[in-house]
Amino acid sequence: MSEVNRKLAMLAAIWAALILAPLWMPLVGGYTALGTRVMVLGLAAMSVNFLLGFTGVLSFGHAAWFGLGAYGCGLLLKFVALSTPLGLLAGTLLGGVMGGLLGALIVRRRGVYFAMVTIAFGQVFYYIAFQWSSLTGGDDGLRPFYRQPLHLGVATVDILHNSTAFYYFVLVCFAFAAAAMGFILRSPFGRTMLAIRENERRARFLGIPVEMHIWIAFTLSCFFMAFAGSLYALVNNFADPRGLHYSQSGDFVMMAVLGGMRTFWGPLLGAVVFVMLQDYISSITINWQIFIGLFYVACVLFFPRGVLGILRRKATT
Amino acid sequence: MSLLRVESVSRHFGSLVAVDGVSLTVEPGELRAVIGPNGAGKTTFFNLISGFFPPTSGKIFLDDRDITGASSHRRVNMGIARTFQITEIFPELTVRENLRIPTEVAQGLRLRPWLARADDERVRARVAELLELGGLADKADRLVGELPHGDQRSTEIMMALALNPRLLLLDEPTAGMGDRETYDITTLIRNLHRGQRDQKLAIVLIEHDMRVVFHLADRIMVLAEGAVLAEGTPDEIAANERVQEAYLGKAA
Repeated sequence: MSEVNRKLAMLAAIWAALILAPLWMPLVGGYTALGTRVMVLGLAAMSVNFLLGFTGVLSFGHAAWFGLGAYGCGLLLKFVALSTPLGLLAGTLLGGVMGGLLGALIVRRRGVYFAMVTIAFGQVFYYIAFQWSSLTGGDDGLRPFYRQPLHLGVATVDILHNSTAFYYFVLVCFAFAAAAMGFILRSPFGRTMLAIRENERRARFLGIPVEMHIWIAFTLSCFFMAFAGSLYALVNNFADPRGLHYSQSGDFVMMAVLGGMRTFWGPLLGAVVFVMLQDYISSITINWQIFIGLFYVACVLFFPRGVLGILRRKATT
Repeated sequence: MSLLRVESVSRHFGSLVAVDGVSLTVEPGELRAVIGPNGAGKTTFFNLISGFFPPTSGKIFLDDRDITGASSHRRVNMGIARTFQITEIFPELTVRENLRIPTEVAQGLRLRPWLARADDERVRARVAELLELGGLADKADRLVGELPHGDQRSTEIMMALALNPRLLLLDEPTAGMGDRETYDITTLIRNLHRGQRDQKLAIVLIEHDMRVVFHLADRIMVLAEGAVLAEGTPDEIAANERVQEAYLGKAA
């Protein structure tokens, strides 16, 4: 099979699996709401990977923008307006704009310094959400708020009680975000991201203002992340301060690495593996994180290209 | 008007004076070689011209405009492109992609989130032309990191050329090459220089291989211990006693 055909076949398989998920998930012991959750986490991991895998920049505090998205969405639904689309918009803007502003301060840092500074920023938001109880609900999280029915002109869809309808709503959102990411990566700007990942010095001496391009990529990634976070607030009807915590950032990075960070769809697969492992191991032992950690270390040591990376390599050889 | 005018630049690293009051003028279309023993400050001098770091003192002008403080990417936009002593490419991208990125930068498309069909076609045509010029057309879709050293060098030179520079700085283009590859690269450089003569492409190259230098250069500058030892045509340099001394050591 040629490269192009293989890519098309994989795309078709992914979208078929996603579209038909409410049909096949119960057969393998899952349920629709789990599918919704995995897809949202997968989108978040893809957003981290937009920066990590395609620009070569590791942000270890990306949960901050995820959590800000969740709070933005929840706060709007709770205090301002009963509208799901407005909630998504508010969350995406809050996380994306904050990410862009803080990103401007740190794009000159590199490597581990960049990762440390992003953790620090993330923790600032975590403690704000934790302490500001009157607004955010503090440690208990933000509630109550509920995702609102969608008014589509001709019909109104109840996405609160109908989990299948909600799944498809999230799928449409996911599709738009993934398409936007894919589109950007195939553009001239996307190629400058690859250039920076591959060789920053060469990129600079080809006339690319590297800091500016990293900032734009970072900001875009924050917007995608905040969008995923907003969706996550709708999934749970709840915004949790732990969604801002650096351990959550670590989970997203793990998903990206497990799935394969040089691949576009890898992080989605990573999210599936991660949630499955979490689900399975946590039903056996309360110390499930140790086992996920061991699995992660083993993956990094033996399969640094992740699950999808291995599959792809198998396919080409 | 000169293309490049370097006025008495120096660069200190702590107490080490790597480049010490070097001046150089390059005219449009000129092919100039910079030679000198190891540690003479040749690469540091290139780094000053291309904006890798600023000089400790002295000034650099392009078209009589002071660019001493300009960032490296601005200098690229003004027409200075360079290659490195140790090949700097995008190893996990194909040759075609390696050339496509600078081509899009040169056409002012680098911030575009999408590409109109006409732009895309113009970029593709230019990339195809560069592949052909560099003798890389049959390897266009291979990953650059998997190609032999000589092809990686050619790719890097073509990447620099994709920027449509007026001044091309080549840092030891034949470093680490066998005879065959050295010959190919030398031919490539000469053809590029001739081919772009109507655009008045000036090339300055650092080179250790004297056959290459004397084959290519219109003029030669000799650096030793950070300073200019001699300057002139290949014949003048070959006859210069101080140059012979620097290279062969003082006769006892």
